[in-house]
Amino acid sequence: MRKPYFLLKTPPTTPEPAEKLAPWAETTVVGKPLPRVDAYERVSGSAVYALDLFLPDMLYAAILRCPHAHAIVKKVDTAAATKMPGVRAVLTDSDTEARIPWYFTEKGPTSRLFDPHCRYEGEEIAAVAAETPHQAADALRAIVVEYEELPFVVDLDSALKPGAPLIHEGGNQVEGTLVYERGDIAKGFADAEAIVERTFRTSCEIHTPMEVHGSVAKWDGNRLTVWDTTQGVFQVQQSLADALRLPLSNVRVIGQYMGGGFGSKLEISKHTVIAAILARKTARPVKLFISREESFLCVGNRPANTMSLKAGVRKDGTLTAMHLINRGAVGAYPGWAGVGSQVADLYTCAHVRVEETCGHINAGQERAFRAPGFPQCSWALEQVMDELAAAIGLDPVEFRLTSIPVVSQRQGGKPYTSTGLRQCLVEGARAFGWDAARGGHRRNGPWLRGAGVAACQWGWPGGPPSTVIVRYFADGSVSLNMGASDIGTGTKTIMAMVVAEELGVALDRIQIEHADTGTTQYATPSGGSKTVPSDSPAVRAAAVAVKRKLLAMGAEQLEAAEDEVVLKAGEILVAGSPDKKVRLAELEGLMNQQVVIGVGHREQNPLDKVTKPFGAQFAEVEVNERTGEVRILRLLGAHDSGRVMNRLTYQNQVFGGMTMGIGFGMTERRVLDRQTGKMVNSNWHDYKIPTAMDVPADLTCVPIDVPDNEFNSTGTKGLGEPATIPTAAAIANAVYAATGIRVTDAPINPTQLASLLADQRKRG
Amino acid sequence: MSSLSKLRVRLRVNGEEHEMLVPVEKTLLEVLREDMGLTGTKHGCELGECGACAVLVDGKPVLSCLALPVELEGHEIMTVEGLAAAGRMHPLQEAFADLGAAQCGYCTPGFLLAAKSLLEQSSDPTRDEIKDALAGNLCRCTGYIKIYEAVELAARRMRSGSETAPEQAVLYGR
Repeated sequence: MRKPYFLLKTPPTTPEPAEKLAPWAETTVVGKPLPRVDAYERVSGSAVYALDLFLPDMLYAAILRCPHAHAIVKKVDTAAATKMPGVRAVLTDSDTEARIPWYFTEKGPTSRLFDPHCRYEGEEIAAVAAETPHQAADALRAIVVEYEELPFVVDLDSALKPGAPLIHEGGNQVEGTLVYERGDIAKGFADAEAIVERTFRTSCEIHTPMEVHGSVAKWDGNRLTVWDTTQGVFQVQQSLADALRLPLSNVRVIGQYMGGGFGSKLEISKHTVIAAILARKTARPVKLFISREESFLCVGNRPANTMSLKAGVRKDGTLTAMHLINRGAVGAYPGWAGVGSQVADLYTCAHVRVEETCGHINAGQERAFRAPGFPQCSWALEQVMDELAAAIGLDPVEFRLTSIPVVSQRQGGKPYTSTGLRQCLVEGARAFGWDAARGGHRRNGPWLRGAGVAACQWGWPGGPPSTVIVRYFADGSVSLNMGASDIGTGTKTIMAMVVAEELGVALDRIQIEHADTGTTQYATPSGGSKTVPSDSPAVRAAAVAVKRKLLAMGAEQLEAAEDEVVLKAGEILVAGSPDKKVRLAELEGLMNQQVVIGVGHREQNPLDKVTKPFGAQFAEVEVNERTGEVRILRLLGAHDSGRVMNRLTYQNQVFGGMTMGIGFGMTERRVLDRQTGKMVNSNWHDYKIPTAMDVPADLTCVPIDVPDNEFNSTGTKGLGEPATIPTAAAIANAVYAATGIRVTDAPINPTQLASLLADQRKRG
Repeated sequence: MSSLSKLRVRLRVNGEEHEMLVPVEKTLLEVLREDMGLTGTKHGCELGECGACAVLVDGKPVLSCLALPVELEGHEIMTVEGLAAAGRMHPLQEAFADLGAAQCGYCTPGFLLAAKSLLEQSSDPTRDEIKDALAGNLCRCTGYIKIYEAVELAARRMRSGSETAPEQAVLYGR
């Protein structure tokens, strides 16, 4: 199976546009706070998500999963299940068509679709397709499986000890230890006037988008159509074509409305292939959706990390050295749980060493989760920055301002195309009222108040490939054809605004075809906060290509040179000749052709520079010194995402990201039982995501609206992921300011904090 | 299950009477989505935890994944598809659209119905009353703020009887 694009060593490219587009000087549509172009569908119940699809003659499928943390399947007896009412197909590892390799490393596959070696609770054993969902569920219960239970390990410390149960033959450690080093940390620490050293832990977090994962598969002869809950239809198309040995042209994947992914729908899951095989076996359409409990086990997570960070500083605020040792648990299958990027790149520091070791445990595989690795790193780095500031008597904002780099130290000292980190800190602090919030010790009965700050950088800028087609019809309406998915972030709206900006067409005259491998062009999955910076320049290029053709037609009709004509308010005008003009509706060339087509590609990123989004967040909390309860009173996010394309979607991303950060910092934690190796909180009752009651009324954001025109033709950088990176650390720093307690283990939760407060009282 | 275990039920949904044979084990959520084609009501967890499947029964929010159709004969059921009237969206739908309170949109139908129930009891709810009324609905995208603001905006518009949308500056002022 192919690697996802984001793991390729050399990123793919699309042809360089013929014309380098100048940045927009002023805009009439872009930048406005416009509602979503598909808002009606989303508020009326008429948007059809994959789970809402009911095809004629459709069967329902379900998957039998291993109930043990580690086991060998000795025997699967499907005789009774096959005879159950309504059952049309049963699929197990004994079906040769199901012998599909899965979970790859550089060396090859480590498992297969129904691997008899089950390495975590939730591993796939068999699947059933039946006339109704209940019949499928009943049939699963009738399958008799004989397991040989094996010793298991669900925490990384134990997994990496000699003699631990082996999850894979080569041992539980993933591909050695990754070391990044620059300068000489021994020298750096020798130069330091204050040193802080501390170990931090974060918990495993589950994505839990509101929509569960699933697929509907249908065959027409040798052509397969799959409606999928995916962030990237082309990724799923490639994986299906590889798994089923089909040409890409025979696999159509459609994913137009989807109910959130946060990374868990960035790659194909086994259930999609299982649905396709069952549909082929039965010659009927098959719907296969996993349950909410299954979604906690087997479609990814943010790995738990243990991070020891030592940092040295001089009294003037110069960071002299940083040394991070990180260990992360990737689950039972290949993955990565590194976090070190921000330690190496966010602040100016000459001497840095990062050592990262990842290992396997008997639990579901990690998957990219909204800024993979970054919130964990922030949890450690930004708390250490807070302690260093205190150690040298500097304000935490002021301290960070002393160490803002203008080059990427991790990427060969290349300068950034733009860095808004200073504005994020300064303008954020001003809007938050930072100085007033930090001043004085405030107590209200048992409630102690404090404020904290944390900054961040995000690692993926986006770039090629992206190919977009814009069609301009004879009546002046437009079709925008792009492969990217709108996973709820407003992608369709932003892209339509770009077309409207260039062609002067009203948004309601733009139809969007997207996220369908049968009708749209290749796009990378919507993830990595890179959809707008990757695809909006291609949209702009396509719209400009249309404009150039219309102008050429106008020039010909008006007998003017092409560089003399301009498009304005639906008319082509000749500069300096007010009477020489033609309305687009009367353009002969357009009337003859009836359609003008423009193709746009994403230009290359600048080779000699580096692009990163930046941000800073501020939190004010109250802590109850008796109960450990934390009330988040205020949160403010100031983010540099280049040009702000739409103030409303900007707010959406920042508010949503900070709220997810509240969950990571305060409540969310996968609990694996060490006695059984099973997850004990695989539901929303016991696994706590933020509710309406957990979000502060005072949630605000400050857009740092500085177009990054060196990076791409729309001046955009990413936002969705940065918005969740520093939140938990800002809250932890505020808790410290309120209580003097440094909470090293996330989530903070009242149980932990009450115990830390009790320890503090005992110490006096 | 054989057809012997089907029950004849009469359900009143969005003002329409429906008479149908449904297997006894089917929940209201399943009957709405699978038998009546009303897929606006969303399947979130089927455990009564997330509120994505909320519908109104006699004006009160009920989790359709935990309700059995046979219990609901003689009651008035409303789904998101019943919110718009006379070719016009409900003010809550308009406010959710105007303010960006629906991102992926999957939780939106449940929120709209829970909010409708609230606005029928209180035309000018406080922020705390809104939070309390919506606390049973989970959203993973928005951070809830836009949802509160949309409920407040819809309440304002409903109180003033205003048919026209306010100026953009009023909507997106900050």
